Amino acid sequence: MNKTSWQNLTRGIIRENPVLVMMLGMCPTLGVTTSATNGLGMGIATLLVLCISNVLISAVKNFIPDTVRIPCYIVIIASCVTVIEMLMEAYLPLLYGALGIYIPLIVVNCIILGRAEAFAAHNNMIQSLLDAIGMGTGFTLSLAVLGLIRELLGSYSIFGYALTGADVEPILMFIMPPGAFLTLAGLMLIFNKMKGQK
Amino acid sequence: MARKNKEMTRLIKVILTVAVVSGLVLSFIHLLTEKPIQEAQNKLISESMKEVVAAEFNNEPFKEKIIVKRGKAKYTIYPARQDGYVTSLIMKTHSNKGYGGRLDVLVGFSLDGAVGNYKVIKHQETPGLGSKVNDESFKKNIIGKKPNEESFKVRQDGGEIDAITGATITSRALIDAIQRAYQGYLKFNAGNDNE
Repeated sequence: MNKTSWQNLTRGIIRENPVLVMMLGMCPTLGVTTSATNGLGMGIATLLVLCISNVLISAVKNFIPDTVRIPCYIVIIASCVTVIEMLMEAYLPLLYGALGIYIPLIVVNCIILGRAEAFAAHNNMIQSLLDAIGMGTGFTLSLAVLGLIRELLGSYSIFGYALTGADVEPILMFIMPPGAFLTLAGLMLIFNKMKGQK
Repeated sequence: MARKNKEMTRLIKVILTVAVVSGLVLSFIHLLTEKPIQEAQNKLISESMKEVVAAEFNNEPFKEKIIVKRGKAKYTIYPARQDGYVTSLIMKTHSNKGYGGRLDVLVGFSLDGAVGNYKVIKHQETPGLGSKVNDESFKKNIIGKKPNEESFKVRQDGGEIDAITGATITSRALIDAIQRAYQGYLKFNAGNDNE
């Protein structure tokens, strides 16, 4: 793998992490991450859609004039999400049971349109796929960590398994909206501090 | 002017093509997946039967589906039987008052009209908030209560049910769905199901 490909793949994970650095897709980030499982589920569903939409957009980029690209991209992304939802519901009902509720939310996730605009519209399909994998992984990791922290503090459990032993009252605020903002802010602070030192 | 028109026509053509192709792909996939989705849902329903019945039963309620029509309303009922005697009635119901639209619910009623258990089999509620409608912590509010009692409402509406934190609308929708099923339950005579 040459250097550009490697950069395209890894860029989304730390250097341009969509949540912690670019601050894209704040709605699902803040809304969904009440538990580690939820964060991970939303992340994986987004990763899948992002890969497919990035490749598709990259494939049709030459046919779509600049002036009408946004409506075209939105139609393509929305159709792609709906197709995935229908196929999943039909052939993978178990997975659909776990991830199904996140899928309609993905249409409005601006990471998808953001990557289509900023990357897939100017690069070939392979590079776009690599970019999608990197961005999707960065998104998934951020959401999982955010969910993990909030679940640990807010409901005193990890991935749904209640911690026992110490007699601690969970801080309910962390699974409520204010907790989302506070945790995200804290995480961004630490992440960007560490990133700056490198 | 002529050039501008030509450019305009091209743009319209592109958008139209994208829309039509997407539409075609969607309808094709819909045709392809319609039946498997139905089958998957039926399987889910028949497997969920065990979870919503509080009483003992040894038949296969899903195969004994009864549809009761009363005026415009239509109710789907699955009787659960132990050695031929009805021990519980499972009803498929829904509400359109959810935060994300429709909720499909299976409710099991004991013979005294109390809710044995329920399961939301399909919903589009907010993950982490409304999706808690199937959690034990909320279920225990509903189980054992009778929908004809005044207290079968969320606290905000003057009842005795604690709504899910941050998802009062979802809680109301679930109660609405159960009320709807209860209306059907009342209209159906458990002993005389004209098989």
